[in-house]
Amino acid sequence: MTEERPAGGRILPFAAVFAGVLIAWYAGAVLLNAPQAKAMLPAGHAGLWVLARASWTMQRPELPAPQQILFTLGHSVFANPLTSPRNFLYHMAVTAKETLAGLLLGLILGIAVAAGIIRWRTLDRSLMPWVIASQTVPILAIAPMVVVVLGNLGITGLFPKAAIAGYLCFFPITVAMVSGLRAADPLALDLMRTYSAGNAQVFRLLRWPASLGFLFPSLRVAVALAVVGAIVAELPTGAVAGLGARLLAGSYYGQTIDMWVALVLSSLLAVLGLAGVRLIERLVIARRGGRL
Amino acid sequence: MADLAALSRPAAKAPAAHPPASVVIEADNLEVVFAGGIQALAGVSLTVQRGDFVSLIGPSGCGKTTMLRAIADLVTPSAGRLAVNGKTPGEARRDRAYGYVFQAPALFPWRTVARNITLPLELMHLPRAERAARAAEYLGLVGLAEFGRKFPWQLSGGMQQRVSIARALSFRPSLLLMDEPFGALDEITRDGLNLHLNALWRRTGMTVVFVTHSIPEAVFLSTRIVVMSARPGRVIEEIPCQLPAGRALEIRDSPEFNAVAHRVRQALRAGHSYD
Repeated sequence: MTEERPAGGRILPFAAVFAGVLIAWYAGAVLLNAPQAKAMLPAGHAGLWVLARASWTMQRPELPAPQQILFTLGHSVFANPLTSPRNFLYHMAVTAKETLAGLLLGLILGIAVAAGIIRWRTLDRSLMPWVIASQTVPILAIAPMVVVVLGNLGITGLFPKAAIAGYLCFFPITVAMVSGLRAADPLALDLMRTYSAGNAQVFRLLRWPASLGFLFPSLRVAVALAVVGAIVAELPTGAVAGLGARLLAGSYYGQTIDMWVALVLSSLLAVLGLAGVRLIERLVIARRGGRL
Repeated sequence: MADLAALSRPAAKAPAAHPPASVVIEADNLEVVFAGGIQALAGVSLTVQRGDFVSLIGPSGCGKTTMLRAIADLVTPSAGRLAVNGKTPGEARRDRAYGYVFQAPALFPWRTVARNITLPLELMHLPRAERAARAAEYLGLVGLAEFGRKFPWQLSGGMQQRVSIARALSFRPSLLLMDEPFGALDEITRDGLNLHLNALWRRTGMTVVFVTHSIPEAVFLSTRIVVMSARPGRVIEEIPCQLPAGRALEIRDSPEFNAVAHRVRQALRAGHSYD
């Protein structure tokens, strides 16, 4: 079956959904903010349009309107230097660094665990249950403990956050790579044996390249998880920088607009991460003549 | 066209101590029993001399492939004696004494055709320039000189199988093990490759052990045809087959050819009686 081509190319469907989201958002803002707005308006003055306008321009709304989020973001970016904590991009960069470090840790751990599992059969039975169990523990419960324990060991700063992000994102990589590293053609494995290739050579020349078709999809999941992990890791640490820290500060002081800016930037971070994975994937595919 | 004289040079990594005799493979009462008790080979004895082209022929599942895999140390015999170049199959494998061509091309799809051919050379740490030269040489030999930069999936099945033969030849083994290499190909492609293989074997003086289902293929290519029975595989008859050297496909219509083919058919029928 061939995939149906969307009418109007790729822009139109996206624009339609985007417009729908915007309308729902503005409507939602009225719905949530109206009680508060009503109390602030002079009595008897509340026509529907006036009420709506008021609920889209509040200082501390339940749900800020999109233009408020954009304006706050724009103001923080253009009115402050990049190194200032008043600039949201500064916080985004901090979280991006933690995400990237976490992703690298997760990648190394995930591939190492998967390689161990396919190399030693006993590890499959002894390690895999732990890998699965590790993901059933709520990260919000684990994160403060990890941070405190590492803090007691004198390890602070980037590493604890990267560790939590890595803890969260190694799982999909491990699961995918256990399948991927086993995906090599049995005849190709026999062939390598006829060359009396060592385990390391078989891994480097056959198992690893054969697994990349499994690695990239799992990396997309891992990117999203690493962003979540980095943000969660910033919450319990009293961190002063990062989108998670901004989120926490915003909730303390009821600055809902700031919280939403942090939320928007964190999803933007995930989108950028996905684009990065896609770019690397395309480079690999190009090197392979157009197929993964 | 590549320098064909180069092919008759001894293998790059010749076994250190050749037995003075020209025996390449010696199997004595070989038995293979798989886990689960399936007996694949029962008392197979076989001697292959240097320069022989020996075909193993028999019904499906008779253990021809198992025999080849045992020689290649991909399967461990349960009983009996097996020597390759006067050593155990494991030692011979570690010496890289043989090239193996599988039923399917088993090319690595992420490598170009040329880099597929140089794969064994990389494992043997040959310098880059030498690897490139060998790739060009053996691609020319199998008639694919212009295809080095293509990827395997851009080639037809017959061309892919030729690449896999070039790969097996690239490190110049003196023994070539071929497991129904043309089984999946159409008749016309197969005829062409048979001609090619025959010419190649005559030029190089290699020893070849060749597994096949096809009587005409076996008769056309071989110096000796080993007919095997249905499982558990044993040798029913060894039929010598000495067709004139400069043979063309038309030889298949000659009386000599048909006489050998007839003998092979008779022997196969004898092995097929399940009583």
